[in-house]
Amino acid sequence: MKRTTLSALAITTALSPFAAYAETEVQFWHAFTGRLGELVAAQVDEFNASQSDYKVVQSHKGNYSETLNAGIAAFRAQEQPHILMVFEVGTATMMSAKGATKPVFEVMAESGAEFNPDAYIGAVKGYYTTTDGDMLSLPFNSSTPVLWVNRDAFEAAGVDPDTDLSTWQSVGATLDALKAGGSSCPLVTAWQSWIHLENFSAYHDVPFASKDNGFAGLDTELMLNGEAQVAHLTAMGDWAKDGKFIYTGRRNEGGANFRAGECALFTESSAGYAGISSEAKFDFDVRPLPYWEGVGNGPQNTIIGGASLWVMEGHDSAEYKGVGEFLSFLSKSDIQASWHQNTGYLPITVAAGGVTRDAGFYEKNPGTDVAVIQMTANEPTANSKGLRLGSFDQIRGIIDEELEAIWAGDKTAQEAMDSAKARGDALLRRFESANR
Amino acid sequence: MEKRVTFRGWRLPLLLIAPQLIISVVFFFYPAAQAIWQSLFIPDPFGLSMKFVGLGNFEFLLSDKFYRASFVTTAIFSLLVTLCSMIPALFLAVLADRLIKGSGVYRTMLIWPYAVAPAIAGVLWLFMFNTRVGVVSWYLGQLGYDWNHVLNGGEAMGLVVVASAWGRISYNFLFFFAALQAVPRSVIEAAAIDGARFWRRFWTIVLPLLSPTTFFLLVVNIVYAFFETFGVIHTITAGGPQQTTTILVYKVFSDGFVGQDLGSSAAQSVILLFVVGMLTVVQFKFIEKRVHY
Repeated sequence: MKRTTLSALAITTALSPFAAYAETEVQFWHAFTGRLGELVAAQVDEFNASQSDYKVVQSHKGNYSETLNAGIAAFRAQEQPHILMVFEVGTATMMSAKGATKPVFEVMAESGAEFNPDAYIGAVKGYYTTTDGDMLSLPFNSSTPVLWVNRDAFEAAGVDPDTDLSTWQSVGATLDALKAGGSSCPLVTAWQSWIHLENFSAYHDVPFASKDNGFAGLDTELMLNGEAQVAHLTAMGDWAKDGKFIYTGRRNEGGANFRAGECALFTESSAGYAGISSEAKFDFDVRPLPYWEGVGNGPQNTIIGGASLWVMEGHDSAEYKGVGEFLSFLSKSDIQASWHQNTGYLPITVAAGGVTRDAGFYEKNPGTDVAVIQMTANEPTANSKGLRLGSFDQIRGIIDEELEAIWAGDKTAQEAMDSAKARGDALLRRFESANR
Repeated sequence: MEKRVTFRGWRLPLLLIAPQLIISVVFFFYPAAQAIWQSLFIPDPFGLSMKFVGLGNFEFLLSDKFYRASFVTTAIFSLLVTLCSMIPALFLAVLADRLIKGSGVYRTMLIWPYAVAPAIAGVLWLFMFNTRVGVVSWYLGQLGYDWNHVLNGGEAMGLVVVASAWGRISYNFLFFFAALQAVPRSVIEAAAIDGARFWRRFWTIVLPLLSPTTFFLLVVNIVYAFFETFGVIHTITAGGPQQTTTILVYKVFSDGFVGQDLGSSAAQSVILLFVVGMLTVVQFKFIEKRVHY
């Protein structure tokens, strides 16, 4: 008896490596932890269970910047993963890295997996597509900024929570009322550069950078010191001075303040939904991002943030076939629909949006479609297609520094943005000379 | 008179210093040479192409007024960290040295913070001073002081200095304590018999006798403030607000590993190498002369 158990054990142990070799492994590096990390793991598990030829191995490599760096370092050491998640800011870096990446349209064509570029939502796809319409990376998680409203905080300050908040003019008046009603944190924001400059510019149809925001060439220059942007930042600076806009940090630190119920209004990504819906112990609303009436051509459409999946060069064709199958699996409408509903990220295909609508999700969860509507309301213009700027992670750092100077009252909005342009342009020139 | 041991032949001495030589070459000279080589290029992040720019990277850096400002920030930061970690350490060591009972317990307790990694220390201090949930910032709020290191550069600098110096006090304490134990009792007793009070004895006898230790710690602490405080700054301020806590090493990291600008990052490393080299020369040339061994 004992002997048979032992020999059975020995046989299974001896055989298990063969079972593992039968599957082709595909390495997938991403930047998600917590709830989002669980959801990614669930998608991967579902794919692995759905077939037996390929095994996707997902690993978390830190935040967005760290994941990109891990991928770059791995490429230099020739140990790159098959699929690397890169945030939208790193898009220009990846695009100019010809020889390090394998365009998604090529991977899909070679693998023969199901792939229809027209199925993807234009405003999402546009960010990751060449001017010829070839998709270079697969959009994975895309979000866009919206306005979150804490209804209980409005009532506590004696302000009608259903008041109009569609324009910054009316938001300004509401902030006055909230402050007068005793609110200690009328407005807070996350990702200040992304929301109050990059999206602001697209939404008002004013350029953020020349050459179609960098889409038309590397010889682009920042134009974020334009009249519209400066006027907005001046207003925000005044609100900061009066304690109506509370600055909490460069990333999404403000989310903690909002979810704890301290703040009345919060400009944050639509993907804040996962956290806010699970933590907030108050009634909340999602509203479209406000625009300045009479400024630029608003409301145009907002642009995306988030990440896409890049396929790295240097693997064999059997593995790329697995990559193709996995990317095709991720684009399926039911997978996309549940991802969209669970996270607040935008659906990447038109069909996934349809599935969600048909299931009655938007009626049951009012406000979850605000982001989709806001992004797809108008056909994107040259100013609202997105941004494609080299060294943009660093430029965002510069913008953050200059914005802090405005909030602290050390510089006027014009001075700060002039300085951001000068410093950012210097980096753009360096990027241009490195990639010419 | 100096005693010298002479070896016959070359083989044995070479063999004996070989481990040290190999380590220096592999972990110091080779990377340093690579940094110097890389600083002459603008490479793309993936290592696919390199463009020779000569001294272009240095020109780009030194014409950037924000980079030049980082030198001043680094000087202020290093000075404050060195002072804030050495003075309290000396004070504590003097007190612990006078203890008759239980000095072992004090010693152990005082050494503990040294075991905390800089990044963890940063997070701990950040928790205490968090503008929203921090204990200290809450008490300060009760006293009517609005703590906000997210926007106030002076407060941010104060916080990173304290967080960097805190763990370092233990290290310095250990050295000062050992040095104090080595001060001959007979000298102190003789001074006491002559009527010198504690402070007089401290200034005229103990402190001069501690000078080799103090000098050693000065060098080590400045190097620490330059290079090893990265974790603290990364977790607490990430160089902000504006650029008030961006020290040179932090800029090397953010340009190289966030911005993928490896050419500039390498050039900054070379500049840093030069600065620290000069600093050490100055320290040994001018300060060491005043040290009594």
